Amino acid sequence: MTAAIVEDEAQMEKPAKPAAERLGRLAAAAASYLQALPLTLILGFFFVLPILTIIIVSFWDYDFAGIYPDFMTMNYTDTLGSWVTWKTYLNTLRYAAIVWVLTLVIGFCVAYFLAFHVRTAAMQMVLFLVCTVPFLTSNIIRMISWIPVLGRNGLVNSTLVQAGIIPAPIEWLLYSDFAVVLAMVHLYTLFMVTPIFNTLMRIDRSLIEAARDAGASGWQTLWNVIIPLAKPGMAIGTIFVVTLVMADFSTVQVMSGGQSASVALMMKNQMSLLQYPAAAANAVVLLILVLLMVAGILRVVDIRKEL
Amino acid sequence: MHHEKRSLGFYILAAFFALFVLFLYGPLSAILILSFQGPDGGLTFPLNGVSLHWFGNLFERQAVGDFGASFTRSLSLGLMVMVVTVVVSLLAGLAFRRRFKGASALFYLSVASLVVPSIIVSLGIGVVFQQLGLRPAWYSSAFGAHLTWTLPFGVLIMFAVFNRFSPAYEEAARDLGASSWQTFRHVLLPMIAPSLIGVGLFGFSLSYDEFARTLMTAGTYNTLPLEIYGMTTNVTTPVLYALGTVTTLFSFTIILLALAVIMILRRRSARMG
Repeated sequence: MTAAIVEDEAQMEKPAKPAAERLGRLAAAAASYLQALPLTLILGFFFVLPILTIIIVSFWDYDFAGIYPDFMTMNYTDTLGSWVTWKTYLNTLRYAAIVWVLTLVIGFCVAYFLAFHVRTAAMQMVLFLVCTVPFLTSNIIRMISWIPVLGRNGLVNSTLVQAGIIPAPIEWLLYSDFAVVLAMVHLYTLFMVTPIFNTLMRIDRSLIEAARDAGASGWQTLWNVIIPLAKPGMAIGTIFVVTLVMADFSTVQVMSGGQSASVALMMKNQMSLLQYPAAAANAVVLLILVLLMVAGILRVVDIRKEL
Repeated sequence: MHHEKRSLGFYILAAFFALFVLFLYGPLSAILILSFQGPDGGLTFPLNGVSLHWFGNLFERQAVGDFGASFTRSLSLGLMVMVVTVVVSLLAGLAFRRRFKGASALFYLSVASLVVPSIIVSLGIGVVFQQLGLRPAWYSSAFGAHLTWTLPFGVLIMFAVFNRFSPAYEEAARDLGASSWQTFRHVLLPMIAPSLIGVGLFGFSLSYDEFARTLMTAGTYNTLPLEIYGMTTNVTTPVLYALGTVTTLFSFTIILLALAVIMILRRRSARMG
């Protein structure tokens, strides 16, 4: 009956509709623009303008005293012509690949456990929060917290030595590539767990029952049903982890004890020497690399549909 | 299905999950314990007596620089970022509910702001301020730098919230004669309030702990994470752990507070609805 009344009203209003509707649509459009304005202004000034400035400055000249407007490609040829740069890029990509594989496997197992093995929604929420809380605390503190665990006289070494498993402390636990990767996995796995958990929770459970009814084993269901459906979550997690590792300098600096390099760390060192144009050229190269990687991943997933 | 026997897979994954939680919290608890190290104790186990010595040390200026002032700056900056993130994300979320020209571009700009390496944003803002002849400071340039990280999170969360939000409630309110402000204030806002608290928590925490984006933009006065980063290279006493314990407990308190508020809001709306 309500529907009939609404329909009636709609019919009664009909003659007045065009003008009012056009006005309404105009007001709605204006409201949308007004609501989107603050975000646009903030991102415009603090994100788009700085990126454009970096691109411009990467062609400028510099010396020990300052930077000067110019148009030269020396910053790029210097950077790309250097063997050290290529080695640093390769090293950063290596970190990204290793950390990506580890976080993907760990993140999927954790998310799978939460989504399919924890039976009550309340317990799911609590365990999910247990995983999320450390993400909201300081990265640097979480990095430092490995020192008493991995150090020469740290927990791991002293336990192993006392148990007689090794004769002397292992030196490469801290201040090594191992420590860098371990700390990165520690810091970034959450970014994988959350999106994968999100997609797993949205899988229609009847699909899994159907697979089982059709005679699929547990592994077959996992491989042919669950993992393909979880791909969007994995893709979003991959975007987070890969971009975070590519941008990392503090973990590499602290955990390798200054023995390893990453692109961002190289940039940071140039910045502390006030070589802004050189750092800017590096920034542009890194930016293009990261955006290409993200564009590649976005071909697998439509973020707007996954939210 | 609910009383099915647990499979072997369950026990393996449960053990894996327990290890993961240990991996997340183990090291943190190590520095928590070591911050109570006796006055003669060092950076590693064993504990050389138990004392509050290093917490006391925290408030002496010569030991850690100016801890109180950098904490105050980080706290104020976090609150500023939180308020702006909540308001701007909510407005943008409302805007994205309707189609408008440039909506897609704005959405992908937000995503870009999330994926562009933070040190690049930091460098860019630093150079912009230098070229404009402005003095970088934690409340101007660092504030903007933090927003480029917190706003995308806020916008994505609001986008997800409104994706699942049925317009039927607002239509019902309008049919009952509510003005658009009344609909917003009494229908929409109470329903999305828990999500807004979540966005606020994200905004505050991400800013309070942010480091890479502050590096080139903080100006003369350090925020707390910059102060701690400086300490990692030149402080070799457990005072570093004491500082870590204090700021981590502060973060935990904020998180619990936000969760409590969300629970209260949920319970209240469950009672009323």
